[in-house]
Amino acid sequence: MSAILSVRDLRKEFVTARPLFGTPTVVRAVDGVSLEVAQGETFAIVGESGCGKSTLARLLLRLIEPTEGEVWYHGEDLAHLPPERMRALRRDLQFIFQDPFSSLNPRMTVGALIEEPMRAHGIGTASDRRARVADLLTRVGLTPAHADRYPHEFSGGQRQRIGIARALASGPTVLIGDEPVSALDVSIQAQVVNLLEDLKDEFGLTLIVIAHDLAVIRHMADRVAVMYLGEIVETAPADALFEAPKHPYSETLLAAIPVADFGARRARPLVEGDPPNPIDPPPGCRFHPRCPYAQDRCRAERPALSPAGEGRAVACHRAAELDLTGLGDPTPKRSADAERRFDLYARALAGAVPTNNDS
Amino acid sequence: MTSVVDPRAAAPAPDLPKRQSRVWKKLRRNPAALLGGAVVLFFVLVALLAPLLPINDPTATDWLAVRQAPSDKYLFGTDEIGRDVLSRMIWGAQASLLAGVVSVVIAVCLGVPLGVMAGYLGGWTDATISRVTEALLAAPFLILAIALAAFLGPSLTNAMIAIGLSAMPIFIRLARAQTMTVMTEDYVESARAVGLRHGALVTRYILPNIFPPILVQATLTIATAIIAEASLSFLGLGQQAPAPSWGSMLNIAKNFLEQAPWMALYPGAAIFLVVLGFNLLGDGLRDALDPRDT
Repeated sequence: MSAILSVRDLRKEFVTARPLFGTPTVVRAVDGVSLEVAQGETFAIVGESGCGKSTLARLLLRLIEPTEGEVWYHGEDLAHLPPERMRALRRDLQFIFQDPFSSLNPRMTVGALIEEPMRAHGIGTASDRRARVADLLTRVGLTPAHADRYPHEFSGGQRQRIGIARALASGPTVLIGDEPVSALDVSIQAQVVNLLEDLKDEFGLTLIVIAHDLAVIRHMADRVAVMYLGEIVETAPADALFEAPKHPYSETLLAAIPVADFGARRARPLVEGDPPNPIDPPPGCRFHPRCPYAQDRCRAERPALSPAGEGRAVACHRAAELDLTGLGDPTPKRSADAERRFDLYARALAGAVPTNNDS
Repeated sequence: MTSVVDPRAAAPAPDLPKRQSRVWKKLRRNPAALLGGAVVLFFVLVALLAPLLPINDPTATDWLAVRQAPSDKYLFGTDEIGRDVLSRMIWGAQASLLAGVVSVVIAVCLGVPLGVMAGYLGGWTDATISRVTEALLAAPFLILAIALAAFLGPSLTNAMIAIGLSAMPIFIRLARAQTMTVMTEDYVESARAVGLRHGALVTRYILPNIFPPILVQATLTIATAIIAEASLSFLGLGQQAPAPSWGSMLNIAKNFLEQAPWMALYPGAAIFLVVLGFNLLGDGLRDALDPRDT
């Protein structure tokens, strides 16, 4: 597989205060991110709120201008393209927004919203486009009749489907979702995740998903990048990351996933407190003030993201020596009694024992 | 919020009515808007039909009937030089409606594009437009209008232009602020993500979403403009005497409030009704054009 999107040392600084005298206050929302996304994969970017993952997603499509760095797509550097060429390329690169309630123009019909990308890029005739709108609505689980309605008439999940149909309309190759399901009810999230996966296979898309919910990521992603304070601290194939993280921050994130088993109580979170102020990040490794494994070296020297075998990379001085806990065996732990009852139940289902309870 | 549509339950679409007829249907269901429309229509008809109505000459003086109370002969009474107030009202409707509507149209047509430009482009464009607007706003509305009208020369047309230009800064400010608010919405970012050109983005995303407050401001400004025309007429810069306008009638009548209250009552009531009519119609139109409001 070859890289469809390569990011080199991407940076974005926001000036939060510009005093008349003295130096302006700068937040480095994205601070030197490099990554490669392979054609056809689902690439996830995870991290807690405020780590810069949404900024990164917008930088990839140049919805905001990067301060520095390059984003290569089919031999063109998106970060430095003239505006008209970038506009034309948006046909291939589409975005799904987090909030389905604010990302659809309330004064346009659903049909007009879905048709718009095709109109913007001069695709097809008016009747072709109408036919495709009807087709797209069907693909995302709505009906062609919905084209004449307005967004406010739909539920959150349906609106997100409309947003997805709109993103697909121009026939993109890369789809970037900024927390595409986090604003939805949990019961709807699975539907939309499944829809995205189906559409990805059907249209041969490359999917980049931003999320803070690792359960969603585990289900969808082929590869994962973990972000902390504007930097990528670990990239790995999804299975490998969940099984055995190599960065202490990844371990922390995994430990925070709630477990829905009876009696499955986890140890308290490994890390407490909030991430440091990104205006004034700590010296050395940015994670060291919260890291349970930090040593003197971590406090002084900033680790670089370096290869760690098996397609993985990690930015931690102690990556080689630490043995970190992943999610491990997904089968639930039960008490001996519970185990016996489950066993009985399984045998009853198989017809091996009488169903009356004689214990 | 109305009921949510189930994706599977909806029957195949019966051809839905076009947008225009949907707006009209909603407007028709709104009694206040209909009343407002009727009032506006009434005054427009009166203004248009003035030459055909069987009424006295609005400029003919009758020195034997000065400041007469309403009677069978003079339904609305007469003014300080014996002119028929009813005739002057009917003929004055033209000048006043024109002064109100045309000047607001001028203000909106110039102010909104400038405001949207400032809000949309930002940077130097915004700085330039905003500073000039603030300079204009620093001068009181009426003083500015008087200065402009005096500069342009005395006539009703020039008065309308002067009033329009003086009212423009409000619309620039409003459109700029609204544009900046709308620009932060996710749907504007989604328009950029889709690859929309600036022109399409402004006409499909910005203008429809900043329209409601501008419509409300416009209906309110009509009242201000009618009164402003009166002040200009009073100074000899608006409607030229002896041709009537409601504002100039009101202006003269204020000197005779105790002796001849009818001289002020009728033009005042007419201005009030026209403004009310435009307001009701404007509110109804705003609601009818909003797809979220059923």
